[in-house]
Amino acid sequence: MSEVEGQQHPISVYFWVWGLLFVFSAGSYAVDYMALQGTLRWTLILVFMFLKSGFIIAIFMHMVWERLAMVAAILVPMGCLLVFIALMVLEGNNTNITRDTFFSPAAFVPIEHGVEH
Amino acid sequence: MSEVVENEKTGALAGMAADWSSDQRAFKGVPWHKAMMWVFLLSDTFIFACFLISYMKVRITTTLPWPSSSEVFALTINGHHIPLLLIAIMTFILITSSGTMAMAVRFGYQKNKNMTGFLLIVTALLGASFVGMQAFEWTKLIVEEGIRPWGNPMGAEQFGAVFFMVTGFHGFHVSVGVIFLIITAVKVLRGSYDNETPGFMTGRKGNYEIVESMGLYWHFVDLVWVFIFAFFYLW
Repeated sequence: MSEVEGQQHPISVYFWVWGLLFVFSAGSYAVDYMALQGTLRWTLILVFMFLKSGFIIAIFMHMVWERLAMVAAILVPMGCLLVFIALMVLEGNNTNITRDTFFSPAAFVPIEHGVEH
Repeated sequence: MSEVVENEKTGALAGMAADWSSDQRAFKGVPWHKAMMWVFLLSDTFIFACFLISYMKVRITTTLPWPSSSEVFALTINGHHIPLLLIAIMTFILITSSGTMAMAVRFGYQKNKNMTGFLLIVTALLGASFVGMQAFEWTKLIVEEGIRPWGNPMGAEQFGAVFFMVTGFHGFHVSVGVIFLIITAVKVLRGSYDNETPGFMTGRKGNYEIVESMGLYWHFVDLVWVFIFAFFYLW
């Protein structure tokens, strides 16, 4: 133990995060179990999702203890995804409006169980 | 290593500028395989993001009702109808395996051979049980619910395509992770990292930092599941 280097953290940190992840998962499952709907449901889903992913990246993947050069190299490129999402939301809404306006309402006929087409 | 300490003392931003403007290597003090694992995970993030964004777009554009995942994935046990039960169990299993993996990395840095190997095997077993439950889930959906990649009895046809694509790709990642967890556990337990034995595809010496790169991959698999759970199963 005289020349330890790399990621050395007290084991209690991991147990705490482990417990928190269980609580957050139980919370996000409760959202569905209690059948919450609308804005409340979507907000809670996103809150629990970001809490869970944040703790996994920060503590389990040791991101908070990495050098800033490393953190920036990994996290900054992910900003591109926000642009991608925004573009696809805009285009998706346009496609949906176009379908609603110019196509006759889709006739939805449930297929039989187990029947393959 | 004195250079590293110096950079950390001059402040985070100045340290970053020094890192990026230095010659030979940017990420000082970071094992090369760890930096490369992060770069791989970044590219994998983009792959899964493409799947989830196309799923989002399909759900926005379809004029048919989207099947209720809460109902599709419900289980009936002893007459009780419980929504998303299997998925919840799978989520807790994957989080538990992330916990044991984090512990394995910690004991690896202490060069505690037996604890590291034991925790890696526990992680692999939890991962394998996750894949098993996924196989059960797929079978139930295909045989009982009649869900196909091109259609299903409940609504929008793309439901099956998205489901099999996203969970299939994630399950593949878990399976590969289990294989590499077993390989890493064997190497730890037979003392390859204590004796610095080179791996089978490299001349570089083995060391316990490899357990951390393995851990990064495993936590990433858990991370992807967090997003799949939120967007596909809960939304």
